[in-house]
Amino acid sequence: MKVWLFHLAVLVALAVLALILPAYHANNLARILMLAVFATGYNLAFGYTGMLSLGHALFFAAGMYGAALPVSLWGLGALPGLALGLLAGGAVAAAVGLLALRTAGVSFMIVTLMFAQAGYLTVIYFNQTTGGDQGIVLSGAGRMLAGLDMTQDGPRLMVALGLYAAGLLAALALVQSRFGRVMLAMRENEERSRMLGYDPFRVKLAVLAISGLYAGVAGAGYALLFGYAGAGFAGVQYSILPMLYSLMGGAGTVLGPLIGAGAMFYLIDIASGLTTAYLMGVGIALVVLVLFAPRGILGWVRERVLPWLP
Amino acid sequence: MGFGPFLLLAVMEGLVSAAVLALTAVGLSLVFGVMRVVNVAHGAFFMLGALVAWFVAGHVAGPPVWGWLAALVVAPLVVGALAALVDISVLKRLNYEPEAVIVATIGVLYILEQAALMSFGPDARPVAAPFTLRLQLPWFGYSGYKLFVVVAACAVLAGVWLLMARTRFGLLMRATQVDRNTARAFGINVDRVYAGTFALGAALAAVAAVLVVPISQVHYLMGADPLLLAFITVIIGGLGSLRGTLVAALVIGLSDGVISMFWSPTLSKIIATLLVALVLVFRPQGLFGAKA
Repeated sequence: MKVWLFHLAVLVALAVLALILPAYHANNLARILMLAVFATGYNLAFGYTGMLSLGHALFFAAGMYGAALPVSLWGLGALPGLALGLLAGGAVAAAVGLLALRTAGVSFMIVTLMFAQAGYLTVIYFNQTTGGDQGIVLSGAGRMLAGLDMTQDGPRLMVALGLYAAGLLAALALVQSRFGRVMLAMRENEERSRMLGYDPFRVKLAVLAISGLYAGVAGAGYALLFGYAGAGFAGVQYSILPMLYSLMGGAGTVLGPLIGAGAMFYLIDIASGLTTAYLMGVGIALVVLVLFAPRGILGWVRERVLPWLP
Repeated sequence: MGFGPFLLLAVMEGLVSAAVLALTAVGLSLVFGVMRVVNVAHGAFFMLGALVAWFVAGHVAGPPVWGWLAALVVAPLVVGALAALVDISVLKRLNYEPEAVIVATIGVLYILEQAALMSFGPDARPVAAPFTLRLQLPWFGYSGYKLFVVVAACAVLAGVWLLMARTRFGLLMRATQVDRNTARAFGINVDRVYAGTFALGAALAAVAAVLVVPISQVHYLMGADPLLLAFITVIIGGLGSLRGTLVAALVIGLSDGVISMFWSPTLSKIIATLLVALVLVFRPQGLFGAKA
């Protein structure tokens, strides 16, 4: 009960923040929330189940193009587009998982990386349809989501907050369920959980597919909310970012990805005002985190202050 | 130009890329074999080698060959020293935990790439070839330097083999590869072997870069493609097997040359990456590796 109240309070705080923030920061918040949905899903696989994937850009891009292509090519509505993106992310993740989960550890990372790279190259290869690096710009009509105009700042932030809230509560429910405990068991000791009668392959496949649903809806939402889908989002950088957000906020914490996404977003925002080489910040953050703070911000808080944090 | 000469050209181009590929991949394979870690920053070391070559070649007076030779000496030393530093200051503290090392080397990759962007700038710059010799075949002219690259790569690889098989340092590396704890028990300074191996792998990437810059150009993102291809080569050849890596480099370089000559380079890369993923899934020890 305490846990649920705490997270509802966080959501209320976010809503208040959304109302009072000036336009520039409100727009940033919308982006951070969409990236946080992506990272929350990534963290379910990485932080809770111990699957370090380097292929989530593929699921993100599947959601992005799963929504953007039907909307721009066939004039599909934005809401069905969002649903299509969600399903595309989950389906691609399940398909990749079927093959990639035959491996583990370093091999799993490389296999997922390779699948994602093949996906990125495919987007480039079919640049007649996907627009390649130029990308697709979604027009105003395709961005009317359930009667809300995504070209307006207010409704856009509202939808972003709604999607994040849904993602957060679903993740919370998942990690607190019995299945959530099995996920942790997989991370801690796969062999022992196999001995107890759980099938690691099925559990991990299910988690990867769920994680893909998150990536898919985040990608679709990102395309519809900000009106653009491009090959850059399929690149390896977008596999690394959710990992970075999770590591920074705290791998294996529900709210960690949001904190990490926010912190990293503003770090890069400030850095890009100073230099064109703003990705330097990403590199330094990765090295420093993995060396000195492998538990991340919220992991540290949980250790010292709030031991009941999921 | 008929099909025959066209194919010949494709094969020659393929041989050149196979040579460069073998050099980059052999460093990656060495590091994986001995240290059991994947160095994602390998492509960044390659890029850094090219950058140092550009810098050195620009500061040595006289004909281009002097600048190039100086680069061939300086670049591996600089890059190797930096790699040793990364090993001692980062990887060692992570206790060579495979997944942590990958995350950390991704970070190193970004740091090096962005540092190059800040100092060197976003433009591609050429480095003069040490000599210009044109081989006139009946159908087309071909750069003599490219063929020299193939010969030079063979020489370097032979050197690596000699180092591994015939020297004390090679023996130490092989001992550490087989069993790091036993090696330590026998008084081998495993930390130093690791730092040396990591430096050697990066230095090999730098040598490849010095050889390749007169053909391509220096650019701060030039490490991405070689990294991917080197990954593919090492995996198809069997992680950690040097002989498999060489065979795979030959196969991949040639087929890449031929496929990208007749079809699209992007398509050839898609096929190669998918192939790697499938090889890893269904034959984790690689095509030539021994069963683990």
